[in-house]
Amino acid sequence: MKPSAPDGGNPLRSPADRRLPLVAGPCALVIFGVTGDLSRKKLMPAVYDLANRGLLPPSFALVGFARREYSNEDFAQEVHDSVRQHARTEFREDVWAQLSQGFRFVAGDFTDDAAFDALAATVTGLANERGTGGNTAFYLSIPPGLFPLVVQQLKRSGLATQGREGWRRVVVEKPFGHDLASAQDLNQVLGEVFPSGSIFRIDHYLGKETVQNLLALRFANTLYEPIWNSNYIDHVQITMAEDIGIGSRAGYYDGIGAARDVIQNHLMQLMALTAMEEPVSFSAEHVRIEKEKVLASVVLPDDLAAYTARGQYGSGWQGGGQVVGYMQEANIPKTSTTETYAAITLHVDTRRWAGVPFYLRTGKRLGRRVSEIAVVFKRAPHLPFAATDTQELGSNTLVIRVQPDEGITMKFGSKVPGTQMEVRDVTMDFAYGDSFTESSPEAYERLILDVLLGDPPLFPRHEEVEMSWRILDPILAHWAESGRPDTYDPGTWGPASADAVLARDGRVWRRP
Amino acid sequence: MTTRLEGTTVGEIVRTINEERHRIGATATGMVLTLIIVTDEENQSDATRAASFSAMEHPCRIITMIPRPGRVDAQLDANIDVADTMGPGEIVRLRLRGELAEHAASVALPLLLPDTPVVVWWPTTCPDVPSADPIGNMGRRRITDAAAARQPLHALQERKAGYAAGDTDLAWTRTTVWRSMLAAALDQPFDPITRVDLSCERSNPSGLLLQAWLRNCLQVPVELHRSRGPGITGVTIHTKSGPIELSRPDGRTGRLSRPGNVTHDVPLPRRDLRDLIGEELRRLDPDDTYAEALAAVQQDTSAPRRRRTSRTTAEPASAPDPGSEATGQEQ
Repeated sequence: MKPSAPDGGNPLRSPADRRLPLVAGPCALVIFGVTGDLSRKKLMPAVYDLANRGLLPPSFALVGFARREYSNEDFAQEVHDSVRQHARTEFREDVWAQLSQGFRFVAGDFTDDAAFDALAATVTGLANERGTGGNTAFYLSIPPGLFPLVVQQLKRSGLATQGREGWRRVVVEKPFGHDLASAQDLNQVLGEVFPSGSIFRIDHYLGKETVQNLLALRFANTLYEPIWNSNYIDHVQITMAEDIGIGSRAGYYDGIGAARDVIQNHLMQLMALTAMEEPVSFSAEHVRIEKEKVLASVVLPDDLAAYTARGQYGSGWQGGGQVVGYMQEANIPKTSTTETYAAITLHVDTRRWAGVPFYLRTGKRLGRRVSEIAVVFKRAPHLPFAATDTQELGSNTLVIRVQPDEGITMKFGSKVPGTQMEVRDVTMDFAYGDSFTESSPEAYERLILDVLLGDPPLFPRHEEVEMSWRILDPILAHWAESGRPDTYDPGTWGPASADAVLARDGRVWRRP
Repeated sequence: MTTRLEGTTVGEIVRTINEERHRIGATATGMVLTLIIVTDEENQSDATRAASFSAMEHPCRIITMIPRPGRVDAQLDANIDVADTMGPGEIVRLRLRGELAEHAASVALPLLLPDTPVVVWWPTTCPDVPSADPIGNMGRRRITDAAAARQPLHALQERKAGYAAGDTDLAWTRTTVWRSMLAAALDQPFDPITRVDLSCERSNPSGLLLQAWLRNCLQVPVELHRSRGPGITGVTIHTKSGPIELSRPDGRTGRLSRPGNVTHDVPLPRRDLRDLIGEELRRLDPDDTYAEALAAVQQDTSAPRRRRTSRTTAEPASAPDPGSEATGQEQ
């Protein structure tokens, strides 16, 4: 290895040396809406955990921006409390002392020019005091309605200007709009100020770890590829269920609903990853191309009434406690038709997937919290057994468990021990090692680190976002004309109409 | 729960493990590796404990082998812990008495998990050529610790002479925090490097490995200086525009400074056995970077010539010199 100056890369790094973690370069992270729930429960603890793992640069700075009248010390105390409560790694005084030297707080309103000028001064000051090199990531942990305002303020105050003062990146969370038109508007707002490579769209349900696990399962093995097509696969069920209600998020949730909140981004991404062809490489570009091809080949069923379902949770007993229905939640208008459960059927019109429906469902107040992809195989065309022998035999199924207990379950038939010939379903389990979560990186840690490293591989770009809306918009339009959603009991697996969607094809939902 | 078997056979041990697992409804299929620890009574407890912590990250079967040679009848005693509070792995402590101590491999072989990697770890003394040892030979990865030897620097030279792909040493693992911090420092633009100064405690094998690695990567002279420790205390990379300096005088917090920039405190903790062994188990392929650094290790030029006191002159030339080697275990 040759010694090299800045132009030739880092002489101390080599691909063969895999012990050395990639550490983010000097930078500052500015969080808007820093006093919010997400920031306190996820972002700030993740920042600490990254520091504790030695993945943040010594010059790292964290700037909070919110309406509160905080001093830097108050802010540090706020972060301290959230870290103590929510961080996953142990609290180490020396790590904390080092990290907290880089905390700053700027108080102000998003309409307040002076506050953004103060923020700009703080960011510039950090470049000198901490040596951040001016590199700054802006995390918009705020309602999407406020994005245009904040982005314009960043532009006006010169904060968004890329160039000699280091890089600028912006992070936005799902939902990316509420339909195609609003997604395009949002993209335009962001795109006016930030180039597309600097916009990071985060779906925190879909951690990079999960995506990479899925890619490894599909493309590092020879076992699955030969059967990963319509010759062997009967259908695919992709589920994301939550056991909680909307809680205090009525303002965000009402009018958005389950399909926009989860199907448009999370479930469509999982579907694309399940259905896509092998990418040329695992680079950002190549994976994105394959995902886009899948999304472009999606067709909707002709009869949307028959092949989609939606519901709202009613009041009742769930898991030993009494819960209120959606319509009784605080601040939900009496006229609300927002769905808390959505199930849709999609077809991917390619040679590989012709005739294999993808059933996507999500909901709140369901049986338990779970995300999974279940690939259900066709039954054997001929069973050389008496009919009674295989009564208990279901379809072979490969389940990719996304959460909790990330892992893989395989279900297949096995002979029941004894003199009688009887075949029954058994399962074989693999877990990535979730009882040992202390060592697996949390989704937000990887997300934040990727943003700071400028490594966007698995973040969806606006093309994918818009393609997903194109798929979902007709369904949303159909629902908008179809009156109220069905009601389902809390703690169950959704309304009867959802079961009817699969029953029509002679199939049943898996109980996850 | 611990099951004690005295005067037992490997067959009975395997049966006991399977019964225990069956009783608690677990299977061994989730375990990713077999870790064999070869050690003595004095160190077995610490080593097994450190390994069991890393079993939380890598569910594994830990086999601690404690040879007890002597003029007693050959006997195998076993303590078996299955899925205790430490984690999902299982721990088998074996005492090999009498002649059996010479035939440890015959005991270990039937206990290896099927079709998964085997790692062998000698926490203190180890064979001259680990890969040629009957037990070492079973391992895909062999972990030694030069710093725990009586003569750390001599041990390091032995590792160099006896190296085979798959060998690794905790003295090298201890350099990781330094190496990653230095690599991160050079992720930023820097001017051409002229030379490097490195200071560490005497008899510190990690210091020599770090020196060799820096010389390999940077192709500039790396001078070793002796300090009072603990462990490695500082690295100064001299560039045309000034020094990039990383120092850690107290063994906890480092200070990083570079030309034209503010000085930062950086966490640079000296890690315990549990963290070190956890890092080692994370990768099971040969560590080529270590191999290159080891091959480039020179004699410790910073150490003054040994002054022999009347006590040490009475010992054979190869005997440990407690005066100069006592601090070797520090990283």
